[in-house]
Order: sequence, then C-alpha cells, then structure tokens
Amino acid sequence: MAKKLPKTDIVLAGVGWTGGIIAAELTKKGYKVVGLERGKERKTEDYLMVHDELRYQQRNEMMQDLSKETLTLRHDRSKRALPYRQHGSFLIGDGVGGSGEHWNGLTYRFFPYDFEIYTKTVERYGKDKIPADMPLQDWGITYNDLVPYFEKFEAMAGISGETNPHPEVPEVKYPTVPLKETPSMKMFKEASKNLGYHPYIAPAATLSESYTNPDGISRAACQYCGFCERFGCEYGAKASPVVTVLPVAKETGNFEVRAHCVVRKVLHTNGKATGVLYVDTRTGEEYIQEADVVVVSAYALNNIRILLNSQLGRPYNPESGTGVIGKNYAYQMTSSGSTGFFKEKEFNLYAGTGALAGVLDDFNGDNFDHTDLNFIHGGNIALGHYGKRPISNNSVPKGTPTWGKEFKDESIYWANRSLSVGSQGSVMPNKENYIDLDPTYKDQFGDPLLRMTFNYKDNERNQQKYIRDITTKILEEMGADMITTPGDQGDWDTTKYQTTHNTGGVIMGADPKTSALNNYLQMWDCENVFVPGASAFPHNSGMNPTGTVGALAYRAAEGIEKYLKTGGSLV
Amino acid sequence: MSEQEKNAPYLDKRSSRRTFIKNSGLTVGGVVLGGALGSLLSKDSTTQTHETGVHSTATAVNFNQALMYFDKTQFDTIEAAAEQIFPKTEVGPGAKELLVAFYIDHQLAGSWGLNSKEYMSGPFYPAEATSLFGHQTHLNRQQIFNLGIEALNSEAAKQYKAKFSEITAEEQVAILQAFEAGEVTLNGAVTSTYFFSLLKSATIEGAYADPLYGGNKDMAGWKMKNFPGHQMSYANIIEKDEFVKIEPTSLNSQHKH
Repeated sequence: MAKKLPKTDIVLAGVGWTGGIIAAELTKKGYKVVGLERGKERKTEDYLMVHDELRYQQRNEMMQDLSKETLTLRHDRSKRALPYRQHGSFLIGDGVGGSGEHWNGLTYRFFPYDFEIYTKTVERYGKDKIPADMPLQDWGITYNDLVPYFEKFEAMAGISGETNPHPEVPEVKYPTVPLKETPSMKMFKEASKNLGYHPYIAPAATLSESYTNPDGISRAACQYCGFCERFGCEYGAKASPVVTVLPVAKETGNFEVRAHCVVRKVLHTNGKATGVLYVDTRTGEEYIQEADVVVVSAYALNNIRILLNSQLGRPYNPESGTGVIGKNYAYQMTSSGSTGFFKEKEFNLYAGTGALAGVLDDFNGDNFDHTDLNFIHGGNIALGHYGKRPISNNSVPKGTPTWGKEFKDESIYWANRSLSVGSQGSVMPNKENYIDLDPTYKDQFGDPLLRMTFNYKDNERNQQKYIRDITTKILEEMGADMITTPGDQGDWDTTKYQTTHNTGGVIMGADPKTSALNNYLQMWDCENVFVPGASAFPHNSGMNPTGTVGALAYRAAEGIEKYLKTGGSLV
Repeated sequence: MSEQEKNAPYLDKRSSRRTFIKNSGLTVGGVVLGGALGSLLSKDSTTQTHETGVHSTATAVNFNQALMYFDKTQFDTIEAAAEQIFPKTEVGPGAKELLVAFYIDHQLAGSWGLNSKEYMSGPFYPAEATSLFGHQTHLNRQQIFNLGIEALNSEAAKQYKAKFSEITAEEQVAILQAFEAGEVTLNGAVTSTYFFSLLKSATIEGAYADPLYGGNKDMAGWKMKNFPGHQMSYANIIEKDEFVKIEPTSLNSQHKH
C-alpha cells in the first residue's frame, strides 16, 4: 500500500523549466510546492569534469536511463512499434532541471502567425490550402496576449540578442547585448544580405555579459568553451532551472524537491485530481502526495504518458480523429542543411557556445508567400558556431569513403575548414502522427510505454526540398569550394540525432472538443490539473521551442494562482 | 580433453600458468604457439629472466595498457581491424599507436559493453527492424563483439588460411568491406553491418576521446586534428579571423591544481 503524505498546495510531476518557473512564481506568493523529479539532484559543481565528449555527447550522461523507461516507435499504424532502445533521434533529459540543463540556449518567440495558424492560413490562402489529414488549429491565445510572459522569461534567463530585422517579425528588445560574432557568422550574414535576406545574431540564454535578473540572481558571462549542448555549464552562464528559478523557489522556504522520485499516475475522482502516486526509487517505496493542484511538468513526451497511464483526459483515436490525449504529436526536420568546404580558410571551430549563431527567418512561418508552394510554414536558417568536438566532427566532401586512409586524412584536413548552414524545419500535425500506449512493452514498474506513430509527410518533404536550395545558395554566396547537399527527406530515421523538439500530445486550444487544455494550460476535463510544456503546442514551428515553453509556463503559473483563489475553469 | 583435465587448472591452485595454457588447448604437442602466449608467459615468475627490457626504456609504463575484456587473440583482431579503419598515415598515428584497441576493450568491459543504460527487454523482432530503428537484438555489445571477432577470423581462415591479424592490410580491408556490406553471416542475431558500425564508431571514439579512457595516446589524435581538448575559455579568440593553434590539455589537468 502506498503511504499517504500530508497535503500540499501544489505538486509538480517533473522539475525542469516549467516546474521550476511554476515553483518560483507560486512559492514567492506563499504557496507550498512539492517537486517530484525522477532523476538526480544537480548543481553547477557537477560540471567541473564536463569537457568530456565521450561521456556527455556519445554516452548521453545527462539523459534518461532508457533501461528503466523508454518508448516504442513506428512509421505508421500498419506496423508493429519497436522500442527506442538507445538514444538517437531525440534526447530526453533527466534529473533536476531536466532538459533545461543540457539545452543549447537558443531562445526564440514563436511568430504571431503560429498562434493563429489556422485562421491566418485560411485568410491568406483559403481553406483548400490545408490538406484534409492536417488538423491545423489555433492555439486559443494570441501572440500579443503572450508578450508579457515572453518578456518575463527573457528577463529571468537574461537572453542575449539582437532585434530580428525581418519586417514581418515583431520587434523584441533583449535584456543583454548579443553574443560575440565569429568570422564565419559574419560571412553568413554578409552572404545572406547580398541575397536580400535578413540575418541577425540568434537570441541566446548563454549570457553575453554578467547579468542580474529581476529575482536578484546574478550570473557570469559565457566563456565560449565549446562544450554546451548535451553538457551542463560549469560557469552557470547558460540559463538553466538550477541556476535561475529553483534557487528562488528554495529561498522562500516553501519549496521541497524530492529527487529520485518517479510519478506513475495522477490520482483523480469525479473529474478532480487528488494528488499523485509516486515511487521513491532509492527506497523502492510508493507514496501518495495529495495536493490542491497537480502540475504535470515532465518532458513533453512524459506528460502524455503520465496522463494516459492515469486515464485522465480522452485518448486520441486516429481512426475517428476524436479524443485529444496523444493528438497532434509533431517534431522537426533538420535535413535541409548543407555543408560547405573552404580550402583557403581555417576557422576556430573548436570554440563556441550552444546558442552562438547567425540566423534568418525569411523562409520561416508565413514570412514568405506560399501561394505557389506545395507546403505551409517553413524553417529558420542558421549558421551555428556551437563548438565542434573531434569524435562527432568528421565532415568530409561527398564521395569520400567513410573509413580508412582517405577518410582519416580528409576528415582531419576539413575539421576546421567546413561550415554548415542548417535549417530547423517546422512539422505540421497530421491525423496519422500521434501517441498512445504500447500494447506490449512496459517500464520498470510494469506500466505501459508510450507508442509513437510518426513519419514525415508531404508538407515536410516538399518544404525540405525548397529550403535546402536556399541553404546551398547561401554557402555558394559565402564562397565555399565544395558544397554537400542532402538528398530528399526520407522516412524518419530514429537512430540519427535530429532535434529534441518533440511537441504536442496534450494541446491547448479554444475548443474542448479538439484540445486538452485551455489557454492557462488547465485541463478542460480536470480543472485542478495543469500541463505546461511543449506538449501543449498544436503544431511545431521552425525554431527552438523553449522561449515559447517558458512563456506558457509563466501563463500557467498565473492560471494556477487564479484557480487557487477562485476555483473552476478559468476560461 | 577430459572433463577432469579441463577443470584441473581451476581446481589446483598450485597449477602454474604454463600448465593452464597447456591444458586449455592453446598448445599443439606441448609447443607454445604464437606471440600472444609468449607475452603471457613472459609475465610468469618462472620465466622472468626472458623478459625483454620494457622497464629499462625511457618510455614511462602505462599501467592502463592491460586487458579488461578481450583475450589476446580478440585483442589482436580488433587492433588490426581498428588500424584499417583509422590507419597510420603521413598526417599522424593510427588506431594502433593511439591505443584504440585498449580503449575498445575497456569500454566493452563496462556499461557500454553491457548496454546497461539501454532498453533490453523483449520481445525482440530483429527481422522487422530496418536500420532506421537501430539496435533490435537481445545481444549486448560484448556478445556482438565476440561474434564479430569470431567471424573476422573465420573469414580470414576460410579465404587466407590465417588469423585476421596475420593477413595483409589489403586482405583485412576486403574482409571489413564485406562486413560493412552485410555480406558475412555472424553466428547470432546480429548483422555484420551492425557489428562493423559499432567497431567503426568505437574506433573513432578511441582516437579522439579524452585520454582518460585509455585511447588517444598522448593526445596525439587531438594534435592531428588541431583540437585543444579541455580549455577554460575561448572568449579571447572567438572573434579572431586567423586560426589559433592551441596546445591541447586533457581533463587530467583538472587534478593538477
């Protein structure tokens, strides 16, 4: 029998960015918050030996232990799903701070177009532009509604950046100056400008200068050490929950984090949650933590899993298109990037930081005319200077063997002479891309694993062809001697890293029939459960999601406070 | 060999190393074969006088250079195969000099070899798994390497009547190419292509991982690639137009202050 613990105001299932923001905001207001985190505790001192490519990049030190919990994958409903046995396509974080500890720090705001994508697409192109199998939806909130929350997140994290010069993109003023510009970023910007595009320095959560945020948290500037994405920051220069919001929550005395505690289920009766059932993996004991509000604040995919295993909300049925939990799962596409080889120039590519990039949005969102194009949306295009490490950096021109003498000499020769212009392609929802529970495979507690049914559809494949021509054109303009261009986007490869920007499954919207959450991230079907995170996105945009995740978490924090005061459905 | 003889070396604690080797079938007619055994025997106290002057050379002893998982034949096979994947060239040392085979041995002995942070629960459907779905076999990497090494040597024996480590570089390359193409059948639920991809990625890792893992000897892999390893800051060079060459430092330097 699970042991019952004294009731708290708010319990968090997961202590990453969303849980951390909610904890900081509500403990400041005097509410008691208990944060349950399945992974370990984290502190900046953990990262003193972090410049270790093998441990952190190849062996995924900071990621979920898949032996205990993973998911199963398939391309379509006709196939049997097979377990994601080792990390590849995406990297699920683990431990206090979650994926917010090992992220790159690129911090964008989704566009006004994104939040009203259905309405704006119909307005500009007519209903026929949207394929029948694409359940495109507005988010139930506008960009303007979200601006104050974006500003809160950017001020808290100390985002360093430059205003996006694209005329279609709203102006943003960042709290700190942009990161330093490298010679390759300058080349990218110059070439893009020559082609008539609007490049700028990407907004970064890796600080360009020392900064003190509105909560009084001071952090030092980034040292460009070259070990950022997949790694923790030994300087605290990269904004993460552990160096920003969690200390604020702890300082109030109202916050308790219980690490090594896995939430298995949200407990509920008569449409109201009573608390959560969790296991302390150190003692092996089961507990029930009762609470007035349950916040499902795990990684996007795990949010879906907790709800499905709790039998909370209506599971999505791809056959009928009804139900909402697991609906509109979306991902991103990185196959439009090209690599240029420069004989005459050697770049300091070992240096860099996870969010150091020149970027442009001329082919993102609806910033370009799609009338004669066979897809909607697009992706940002960027040249990143993230720090190239030697195991993973073996770029060679097309046609070079993949091992042996020629491979060795060429991969060494080009190691500091090749630059990639990449793209982060949006993925639109599809009726056949969804998440449910696997009928066969189980986790360490015998609970069903998630089953992901996903493949790239025509919208993405057409977008990829269009964008890879642009990335190639930019490299030509930059003066590359040789350019390697990817082939057409094939079926989803689960073994090759693409992005960890998994979205959807517990989406927000204005209509309870087609969405799981209202615009406070409150469940339509269970008013004291809030589900912040990228699981709330009805589609995935062509840029990194964390800025939007952060803004929505501040929105949810406001909603939780309102709910605790007034009760009932907030919308 | 009788059951009793097989067990004898383990039961009889006084048994010398030479008896063990004799009884475990590694000799023919009592004559010790091969360099592998020579090196084993040279460590035996009774043959100490035959030891070559390793300790008298100026090179410092690397106590890390010892096997945790492979036996000597397996080690020789992997050392030869890794050298073909990442050979010594005019640019710099190859896998052998970088001690890549020791790196692979050490990795196999630990959690990577045992797939301990991976989902290893069944059922397994290796036949349904395309390369897009990755590892779908019940075998862990230790078992896959055992099968792969066995197959490398049986291919060498079949085609050239010798061990893989004894045939020419061209012959080794031809066998590895057949492995990569999936043309060799391994005696288990894994393809030769998958084994080859593991071997290839482990070889690259051994050449470039921090030397703390036993490969990348003297940071020579990094030196070749102009990678400075562990440095505290590049704030002063990040904007520089010219290439800045920095003498590499390993994580070992964290322990020197």
